[in-house]
Amino acid sequence: MNKQETLFNYILRIADSQLILGHRLSEWTGHGPMLEEELASANTALDLIGQANSLYAYATQVEGKGRTEDDLAYLRSEREFFNHLLSEQPRGDFGFSMLRQMLCDAFDVLFYSALMKSSDNTLSGIAAKAYKESQYHLRHSSSWTERLGDGTEESHQRMQNSLNELWRFTDDLFAMRAADLELVNTGIAVDTSSFREAWFKQVSEVLERATLTIPTHAFMQKGSLEGRHTEHLGYLLAEMQSLHRAIPGVKW
Amino acid sequence: MENTKDSQGLVWEVFVQKKPGQPYVHCGNVHAHDAEMALQNARDVYTRRNEGNALWVLPSSEIVASSPEDLGSFFEPANDKIYRHPTFYQLPESISHM
Amino acid sequence: MDATALAANFENKLAKNENIEPKDWMPDNYRKHLIRQISQHAHSEVVGMLPEGNWITRAPSLRRKMVLLAKVQDEGGHGLYLYSAAETLGISREELLHQLLSGKAKYSSIFNYPTLSWADMGAIGWLVDGAAIMNQVMLQRTSYGPYARAMVRICKEESFHQRQGYEIMSVLAAGSPEQKAMAQDALNRFWWPTLMMFGPSDANSANSENAIKWKIKRESNDQLRQRFVNQTIPQAELIGLTIPDAQLKWNEAKQGYDFGEPDWEEFNQVIHGNGPCNKERLGARLKAHDDGKWVREAAAAYASKRKLVAA
Repeated sequence: MNKQETLFNYILRIADSQLILGHRLSEWTGHGPMLEEELASANTALDLIGQANSLYAYATQVEGKGRTEDDLAYLRSEREFFNHLLSEQPRGDFGFSMLRQMLCDAFDVLFYSALMKSSDNTLSGIAAKAYKESQYHLRHSSSWTERLGDGTEESHQRMQNSLNELWRFTDDLFAMRAADLELVNTGIAVDTSSFREAWFKQVSEVLERATLTIPTHAFMQKGSLEGRHTEHLGYLLAEMQSLHRAIPGVKW
Repeated sequence: MENTKDSQGLVWEVFVQKKPGQPYVHCGNVHAHDAEMALQNARDVYTRRNEGNALWVLPSSEIVASSPEDLGSFFEPANDKIYRHPTFYQLPESISHM
Repeated sequence: MDATALAANFENKLAKNENIEPKDWMPDNYRKHLIRQISQHAHSEVVGMLPEGNWITRAPSLRRKMVLLAKVQDEGGHGLYLYSAAETLGISREELLHQLLSGKAKYSSIFNYPTLSWADMGAIGWLVDGAAIMNQVMLQRTSYGPYARAMVRICKEESFHQRQGYEIMSVLAAGSPEQKAMAQDALNRFWWPTLMMFGPSDANSANSENAIKWKIKRESNDQLRQRFVNQTIPQAELIGLTIPDAQLKWNEAKQGYDFGEPDWEEFNQVIHGNGPCNKERLGARLKAHDDGKWVREAAAAYASKRKLVAA
């Protein structure tokens, strides 16, 4: 893999994660627990899909083969998607979605804050904007995590179940390709291990306030960087890409 | 039919400051169960089009309002105090701004 | 003030085109009419999220996906502003939602039609929002202050909704034969239900007379419908789509189009629960409400715990 391909794949990793997470969150529109919350979820989803859009645009430039943002989003199969396993999990109940969001948002805040210092100006620019967005996302998802974790007996139990279910996908957030280290060395990419402890500390604090316990026996799942996903991504893409693929090559 | 009524939280009034230095203007309300939720809901509902620089939220029940019956006694007495306005005063013609 | 003086004061305000405000005296029937109208309007926005929400996950490009999501989100916001306006009349959101979810309250019949293709997103934005805007522009001058203020905000936000719909239709109409057929099919299916949105003909509209008298409405159903038709025909012609009405004809004398009569029997059936999607729409909102119950309960419990801790 040459440096250009490495960078292309690196950008796709970020873009895919945000698109899939935004897509999942957008599924709440029209189905939320309160009207206010449907607006809030849509706001976060729009931020995430917007980030994906900017990142895909940059990826097409880096690739230089004349593909468009939509080609990348709509014409790749699940084996070619590199999104975090966490992002593709079905939305579950509202607490499940908020907890997943909190785990991802805490990652995004730290990731983007590091990527803002990238020697690649386009990436640092996208990261600077996304960093601010993520800060609000995290505030929103953490407060819901706390509220629902420390709400009623039922809500606590639901949240603990969700945490038990989700925790096994958290290692995968930090996965990196060997080739990415080259990008790290040239100051373009972020070494995720550099903020892993900070992430754990931050997430632990929120979960503690939410009176939730991190499971100790979770067997960590991996594979997203090789395009090995859970079964859920295939269905998500089948739905998302169906119309775009049904009438190929036209303008929408 | 089961009872579908349950808590939508308190009503909170929302005031938005559009730009620094400008007054906070009432723009509507949101439902929320706690203050942080009210603040976030206000942000998510009322500042989606770049309308915001700062926000206030407060429980609607805390607002004390005048009544329509107060109209005469509260506000009409201010009608004839024309000496409170600068146009009440005459200046020499040579002074155009004061 | 005695009852006669209060009533005279109310009439006087209407005559001077002054707004009625929540604390002002108002006739019971005026209050009832407003609660009914504003809450129906709010329910329509909230139920109206569903037919378009149906395509958010399948929107054919990233741009369309973001625009549609933002638009459906706006509708939720508009429902929220309108529930707020209704609440100023002394009814809670809990009660309003109960009326909707128990099937007691009505909402716009248009949202009981299915969205079968992507072109329906175009047809809804262009036609349904176009028709709604006619009504909403008028309602910015409605006599009840909180309702009028909500409408001002809504109209401002709605301004992109119709454009994005027409843009979708234009692109499809100029696209592949398959896309163009999709656009024409959407127009065929949404045209008549859109005309029904303005309500029955003035002669047969139960609530029209009072609404006009109280300056809640300022134009009749027929006037608004006529204006909508006049405005929409040239837009359809411009992008090469055909309005599915054999009786459609320019009338030089009235400087407007003559057009056919919608099927009012169908309208009545849909309003009374027998449209293609009534059960699905209400079912979806009811499910959201039920699924969210534990969330709202937890939020309330959390808040009261915190108060105890703080004390």
